[in-house]
Amino acid sequence: MGDQPIVRLENVGKAYGPVVSLQDITLEIGSNEIVGLIGDNGAGKSTLIKIVTGVETPTTGEVYIRGEHINFSNYSVQRAHELRIETVHQTSSLGTKQPLWRNFFVGRPITNALGFIKVREQKRISEQIMRETIGFRGAGIDVDTPVGRLSGGERQGVAIGRAMHFESDLIVLDEPTVALALSEVEKVLNFIRSIKENGRSCIYIEHNIHHVHEVCDRLIVLDRGRLVLDCEAKAMSYTELTDFLRNLHQGHEGETKVAS
Amino acid sequence: MLRRLFQIDGASVAVVFVLLIIVFMITAPQAFLGYRVYMSFMATVPPPLIIALGVTLVAVAGEMDLSFPSVVAAASYVFGILFQEWDVTWLAFFCAVAVGCAMGLVNGLVITLLGIPSLIATLAMLFLWGGLVTVLSGGIQLAIPDIYGTTMHSLLVGRIGGVFPVQMIWALLMAGFIWMLLNRHRFGENLLFIGDNLEVARMVGIDATREKIKLFALSGALSGLAGVLLTLETTAYFASQGMGYLLTVIAAVFIGGTSIFGGSGKVIGTVFAAFIVTVIEAGLVASGIQGFWTRFFIGFVFILSVTANAVIEDPDKVPLVRMLRTKLRKG
Ligand SMILES: Nc1ncnc2c1ncn2[C@@H]1O[C@H](COP(=O)(O)OP(=O)(O)O)[C@@H](O)[C@H]1O
Ligand SMILES: [Mg+2]
Repeated sequence: MGDQPIVRLENVGKAYGPVVSLQDITLEIGSNEIVGLIGDNGAGKSTLIKIVTGVETPTTGEVYIRGEHINFSNYSVQRAHELRIETVHQTSSLGTKQPLWRNFFVGRPITNALGFIKVREQKRISEQIMRETIGFRGAGIDVDTPVGRLSGGERQGVAIGRAMHFESDLIVLDEPTVALALSEVEKVLNFIRSIKENGRSCIYIEHNIHHVHEVCDRLIVLDRGRLVLDCEAKAMSYTELTDFLRNLHQGHEGETKVAS
Repeated sequence: MLRRLFQIDGASVAVVFVLLIIVFMITAPQAFLGYRVYMSFMATVPPPLIIALGVTLVAVAGEMDLSFPSVVAAASYVFGILFQEWDVTWLAFFCAVAVGCAMGLVNGLVITLLGIPSLIATLAMLFLWGGLVTVLSGGIQLAIPDIYGTTMHSLLVGRIGGVFPVQMIWALLMAGFIWMLLNRHRFGENLLFIGDNLEVARMVGIDATREKIKLFALSGALSGLAGVLLTLETTAYFASQGMGYLLTVIAAVFIGGTSIFGGSGKVIGTVFAAFIVTVIEAGLVASGIQGFWTRFFIGFVFILSVTANAVIEDPDKVPLVRMLRTKLRKG
C-alpha cells in the first residue's frame, strides 16, 4: 500500500434536492492515520462519511479508494466492505427486533453455497465478540437477545464490536460516544488507539474537542458543507483549536446580524 | 418466562387450535369425532395455506399482497386451458406457476419503481389482473374432469390409502421450505431487516428494491401453485375461485403470530392458523350456527388474535393496554 492514501475525495458535493449538504470537498485519508472530523450539527459530517462508505452517492466530484477511481453505479456498502472499510453510523444501524447474532453479520452472513446461513458458526463468533471485544458480562444478555432489549451504550458496543471484528483498513466512527457513560467512552478511545497501533486508519467524528485533539493525527473541520480546516493535530494546540471553532461561530452570528 | 414460551414459532397458535378442536368436539360431536372432517380439511386447506406462506414473508418485510385472488384465477385459467386445448399436464403446471411468478414480479416492480405502498398497489393489481383474466378468458368457466386419473392428479392431489389428501404433504414440504428461507437463508434475513427498519437495512448494505421484487415474485409463484392445486382438486376453473381466500389467507397470516408491524414472522403459526380459519368455518356450521355468522367470527378472532400477538410482542404498542397500565399504576 505504501504512501497511497486509502481514500481521496476530489471536489465532492452532495445535495438532497434543494438542500446542499456538501460542497467542493477535497481531502485524503492516509494509511495508518486517525483523522478527526469536526463540525456543528448539520455541517455535513455524516453525509461525507456516507459517501465514503457507499451509503450515499455524491452529486458531483470523484472518489478514489487506494488510487482506484470509484464508479458510483456499482459502489455500495458491500463494495466498501470488500475494500475493507467499516462504519459505525451515528444513528443505530441495528435491527432492534433481531437477535444479536444476526446483527453482527447482517449484510454479509456466513453462508453455504446456496445462501443458507451457518447459524451455529455465527452464534459462536458472536459469543466470542461479546466476550472478548465488547466485554458483555452476564446480565441476561446472550447471542439470542433481540437488540431492542439492550441499553443505548450496549447497542453502541454491538455496532463497534461488529466493526472491530471485520478487520478493516479504515474504520469510520460517527459520533460513537454519544450514548455512552464515561467509562465506556474510555473504551472507545482505547479502541481508536488500538486502530492506530495495528497500522490501520480511522475517521473519527466527535463533538468533544478534547477527545478528538487527544487521539487524532489530523483534524478536518467542516462548516456548512465546506471544508474550512485540514491540518496536523500537532500543528494546533487545544486552545488554538477551540479559538478557531469559536471564531467560526462568531462569524456566523455576525452574518446573520447583517442579514437581518 | 411465559412470554418467551409464547414467542416460539407457532406455540400459542397450536394451543388455540387444539382448544378449538376440543370445543367443536363437544358442540358438534357427530362431525368432529370422526376422521372424515379432518381429511376434508387437509384437502381444502393446502391452497390457502400455500398462499399464506408467501404472504407471511411479504408481511415480514412490512409489506402486503392483496392481489393473490386474481393470481390464483390467472394460474387456474392458464392451467385449465392448456390442459383442455393441448392435453399437456406438467407443461401446463409450469406455465401456470410461471404466470403467477411473472404477475408477482410486475407487482414488485410497480411497488418499488413507482413507489406506491404495497397495500394500495396490490389492491389495484387485484382488479387489474382480475379484469385481464376475465377479458382474456372471455369470461368462460372450464370443467376439466379428464384431469382426474392422470399421473399428475394422483401425484399432487390424490388420496393415500384412498383417504389421506396428498396435497397436505406438498403444503407441509412447502411450509418447511419457507421456514428455512425465512429463518436460515440470507434472503429471509434481508426481509427481516427490511421490515424491522428500512433505513437500517440500507445502511448495512441490503438492496431493498431487489429483495422486494424477488419477494413479490415468490408470493406470485406460490399463489400460482395454489391455483393449480385448487383446479386439480375441483377439476374446474371459474374466475372468482380465489376470491374466497382473501379473508382467510390474510387472517391466517396474522392470527399465526406474524407481526403486523413487520420484522418478524411465524411460519409454523401460519400453518396452524390456516387450519384454525377453516375449522372455525366448518365447526360453526356443523354446530348448527348459520353460515353468515362464520365471517363475523373469523373477523372477531382476527382482531382478537392480532391484538394478543401485539401484546406479546410489545404491550406498549397497544394504546388500550398502555392506558390501562398507567391507570393501574396511578390508581
Ligand atoms: N436524507 C436527507 N435528506 C435531506 N437532507 C438531508 C439528508 N441527510 C442530511 N441532510 C441535510 O444535510 C445537511 C448535513 O447533514 P449531516 O451530514 O447529517 O450533518 P452532520 O452529520 O454534520 O450533523 C443537513 O442540513 C441535513 O438536514
Ligand atoms: Mg451526523
